[in-house]
Amino acid sequence: MTKSELIERIASVQPQLSAKDVELAVKLMLEQMAEVLAEGDRIEIRGFGSFSLHYRPPRLGRNPKTGESVELSGKYVPHFKPGKDLKDRVNLGLINEPAAEDE
Amino acid sequence: MAALTKAEMAEKLFEELGLNKREAKEVVELFFEEVRASLEVNEQVKLSGFGNFDLRDKSQRPGRNPKTGEEIPISARRVVTFRPGQKLKAKVEAYAGPRS
Repeated sequence: MTKSELIERIASVQPQLSAKDVELAVKLMLEQMAEVLAEGDRIEIRGFGSFSLHYRPPRLGRNPKTGESVELSGKYVPHFKPGKDLKDRVNLGLINEPAAEDE
Repeated sequence: MAALTKAEMAEKLFEELGLNKREAKEVVELFFEEVRASLEVNEQVKLSGFGNFDLRDKSQRPGRNPKTGEEIPISARRVVTFRPGQKLKAKVEAYAGPRS
């Protein structure tokens, strides 16, 4: 599912809103989530999961072209931890699938 | 600041898009529900600029009850992983760390 498909799916179950409104809403939500993370804050969505930052310490890297080693500074990367409801539903999806592969 | 929650996301839609409070709440709820529903049927979710939610099937592996030391297999399962997009990574990399 892409962002535009997500917008269509929300719009189809929310007929009182125009597709344009749903599109703006989805973009605004993603922007807000990115901004919150960029400020070092967490996102906690019950039943879905939480987003936070993980620190990556400085390390020596290598320029793949020249083989020269370069010092890479420490940085933060986004991390997602699925919530219980999401975990369970995804796993049930697997259990309920017709047993195609029996390896 | 406390963590961002659905309530604040709905508040923002109300303030900036002029959705009424009920609509704003429903759209936020649907946003996450549609992502869950997609992942539930083993469909990857790609939100350009933000990131991808991928699915990985793990086969059964040996495990142990950490309390008793007893060996118990960890059953085969499907898990969700999130891969942040370039734009989000770049945005977050600039974060200087907790200000004290």
